[in-house]
Amino acid sequence: MLFTSYEFLGFLAAVFLLYYLIPKRFQWGLLLVCSYVFYFFAGPSYLLYILATTATTYFTACRIGKLGEKQKAYIKSVKETLSKDERKAYKEKMKGRQWKWLLACLLINLGILAVVKYTNFAISNVNGLLRIAGSAKQFGFLDIALPMGISFYTFQALGYLIDVYRGTVPAEKNPFKLALFVSFFPQLVQGPISRFGDLAKSLFAQHAFCGKTVSYGLQRILWGYFKKLVIADRILAGVNTLIRDTDAYRGAYVFVGMLFYALELYADFTGGIDITIGIAETLGITVKENFNRPYFSKSIKEYWRRWHITMGTWFTDYIFYPISVCKPMLKFSKFARARFGEAVGKRMPVYLSSFAVWFATGIWHGASWNFIVWGLGNWAVIMISQELEPLYARFHNRFSVQGKFGFKLFQVIRTVLLMSCLRTFDCYRNVPLTFRMFGTMFTEWNWRILWDGSLLRIGLGGLDYILLALGVLLLTAVSLLQRTGSVRDKIAEKPYPVRFLVWYGLFLIVLLAGAYGAGYDASQFIYNQF
Amino acid sequence: MEDLLEILSDLHPEVDFETCGSLIDDKILDSFDIVSIISEINDQFDITISAEKITPDNFNSAKAIYALIRELEDEE
Amino acid sequence: MKKRKMIKIAGTAVVVLTSLYLLQRLLVPKYATDVVEGALIAEYYQEEKDHDVIFIGDCEVYENFSPAVLWEEYGINSYIRGSAQQLIWQSYYLLEDTLRYEKPKVVIFNVLSMQYNEPQREAYNRMTLEGMRWSVSKVNAIRASMTKDENFLDYVFPLLRYHSRWSEVGAEDVAGMFDTPKVSHNGYYMRVDVKPAENVPEGRILADYRFGDNAYDYLDRITKLCKENGITLILVKAPSLYPYWYEEWDAQMEDYAEENGLLYINFLELTEETGLDFSTDTYDAGLHLNLSGAEKITRYLGEVLVEKTGLPDRRGEEHLSEIWEEKIDAYEQEKEEQYEKINGSDDNGSASFCRMRG
Repeated sequence: MLFTSYEFLGFLAAVFLLYYLIPKRFQWGLLLVCSYVFYFFAGPSYLLYILATTATTYFTACRIGKLGEKQKAYIKSVKETLSKDERKAYKEKMKGRQWKWLLACLLINLGILAVVKYTNFAISNVNGLLRIAGSAKQFGFLDIALPMGISFYTFQALGYLIDVYRGTVPAEKNPFKLALFVSFFPQLVQGPISRFGDLAKSLFAQHAFCGKTVSYGLQRILWGYFKKLVIADRILAGVNTLIRDTDAYRGAYVFVGMLFYALELYADFTGGIDITIGIAETLGITVKENFNRPYFSKSIKEYWRRWHITMGTWFTDYIFYPISVCKPMLKFSKFARARFGEAVGKRMPVYLSSFAVWFATGIWHGASWNFIVWGLGNWAVIMISQELEPLYARFHNRFSVQGKFGFKLFQVIRTVLLMSCLRTFDCYRNVPLTFRMFGTMFTEWNWRILWDGSLLRIGLGGLDYILLALGVLLLTAVSLLQRTGSVRDKIAEKPYPVRFLVWYGLFLIVLLAGAYGAGYDASQFIYNQF
Repeated sequence: MEDLLEILSDLHPEVDFETCGSLIDDKILDSFDIVSIISEINDQFDITISAEKITPDNFNSAKAIYALIRELEDEE
Repeated sequence: MKKRKMIKIAGTAVVVLTSLYLLQRLLVPKYATDVVEGALIAEYYQEEKDHDVIFIGDCEVYENFSPAVLWEEYGINSYIRGSAQQLIWQSYYLLEDTLRYEKPKVVIFNVLSMQYNEPQREAYNRMTLEGMRWSVSKVNAIRASMTKDENFLDYVFPLLRYHSRWSEVGAEDVAGMFDTPKVSHNGYYMRVDVKPAENVPEGRILADYRFGDNAYDYLDRITKLCKENGITLILVKAPSLYPYWYEEWDAQMEDYAEENGLLYINFLELTEETGLDFSTDTYDAGLHLNLSGAEKITRYLGEVLVEKTGLPDRRGEEHLSEIWEEKIDAYEQEKEEQYEKINGSDDNGSASFCRMRG
């Protein structure tokens, strides 16, 4: 069930009605059933994977939680008799046992993810090496379907597990509640990756029907469909034309494709998340925001704090910090400082662990070298700008441009362009081709296509461009409005006829100008199956 | 506390760490800063702050960080 | 307070529903001038329903038989429920639909659509199904006809299907929101222009000539439905030279007619008897007959009907005669207009929609 299918809308309406009709204590149970129904429609066999992840996470978390309780109880009972060192030794012993459980569960679940997602990638690399070595032997590919949203729910489950290990959240005793947390259907397809501490409370709570929350949720859903159907799915035709035919569309077309893809991805992904958060909102459930107007960022580092936020913080909390502040890393940093000097040694932990994070981020997005290079490209840009910081500071002092509108605008455009350049790795088939295509922007001088009508022959007509331009205008206007608070609040203050016109108008725009139905490709969310 | 404030001011001379209570929430410290701070604390106070202690609550103010240090010193 | 809220809700609902309805009326294609085949099915409902003969089938019925001739020369009151590429299950459900309004004495089914065993094209589905009034028959017809990518909801709310037509709305759409002009003569689509048939291609060899099970199933259902209602079912194959009608197909229909005690008329074999001349009697080189051709074979059909089914001559009925008088006037008038148009230009007029499926 795609978010943009009638089936999904029908499903949603049924869930909604039942949710507020049944006794409130059954509400979360209903959501669990509906989530599994939703997942069943994606592919009955996928249920096995999500059940395996849920079961292993549940039992391990309970085990770790029990060990923690046991430790606390024991320490309390023997507080007087045991010396400080003995207590410490006992704690360490228990922590070690918890760690073994955690490790086992991490390995199982990351193992499942690795097998379904990366086996064929590994095989193709081995085959490549064999060819280079002159061997005729080649391995066949496995025929495994990638379960929908496996990267998202696996990360969500493991985040919970690590939180239990760290003692930030208690282990959930009710297996069905944990199952709902892992499978909550609005965020199953493309996130956000919620933390147990953030989501659990409102997910399992009893919700009475509240007109305001529900209508706010519906408004958010509508806005999501606007982004998705009117903008993303419309420009998709152009993006596909430009990136598929690499012989015809070079030079300036690559540049256009880059910008179109930036718009498409933004509208598609943030639109999808709007729908997700909106659905949760209609059910009284608070899902954490995943975007914070990312295209207004003034640096790549800032961009990654504002784009796909829940993924970013997941990597920071569970990979970046553990690596960068672990004892061996600190020791290594000390060693490096003594050996290579203060400046280099100090940077070591950050550089190495962010390298690991960006490698992981890359491969998480897709099993191919394109994504790995893309991830490391982000890493390189962030590191370079980090190093150039003193230089920037001097420049800013000298010319005192800091804070001026023109300069901010320059920074924003620079960030968007840089991100778009990096994203070309997401567009073309392989890494060498991406570099070649990128190069044609500088070698093949065909910028006249921007105004000689060529852009009307890439699957988008004049009307499409007008609609897209208006759409972008609306997106920008709303984003600017958001800086001073919730746009929905602002509209809600207006008298009823105005409010009605705004929302009904938006509905009509989606209904009439949306790129759905016959004549348009079935539209998959881009972030599906990552 | 003095040592800690020195570490922090070295990193961000423009911030008044004695009064600021929203270092994380207002995004004054980013993840790179945090790692630098922890590394410095590790040197100065001879304690390890493990990843699970890195929460907004523990790092929102100099006071909070200092409290964390004291707590960990106690445990050592 | 509560009352005010009720008024607000009711007012909103009225505004929303009315505007959506108007939008839908505006955006659905009107089929009034361009592709008139799309308007045929709906026209039936405006008729006084007292027909002796009902035709069902694809373009081989609505372009090849003229009810006006049947009336003028035999006093037979007939109507054609034909549509472009009408698939056999659509014919069946259209017959069911027709029986909700009247019980004809004779039903004539053109067997060309036996060649299709599965749903074909969305555009043709639309032209046949959209004109039907809502009934169980329509629901079943839609369900039987939908191609893989179609959705039932798009039939319930055509606005969803045609939402993107807003950019091409024209005067015809505004004018046709509530008022649709008549495009046929009791379901007959008149063409008077001539394009002689030359070099008709032989049919390509097929792997399997047997008609599909699904097609047979619906033919059985048509037969059964007619039997249950005491209706005489006649199978015909119009004399169109193309799409090619294979010997093997013909034999199967012969057999079927014999087994079920039905009359089967293959007009392809009756060119001498009907006097059909493909150098003057077709407007698109043998796919469809023009007026002259249609009148010739209708005359033959009229003879057969009188002879084999004993349909009475109803020209004496006053009310019916009055209705037909008007219809014949319109018929003659369009004939004249079309001849004038042809003589005024070399252009042979627009191609029939049905041709595209060749």
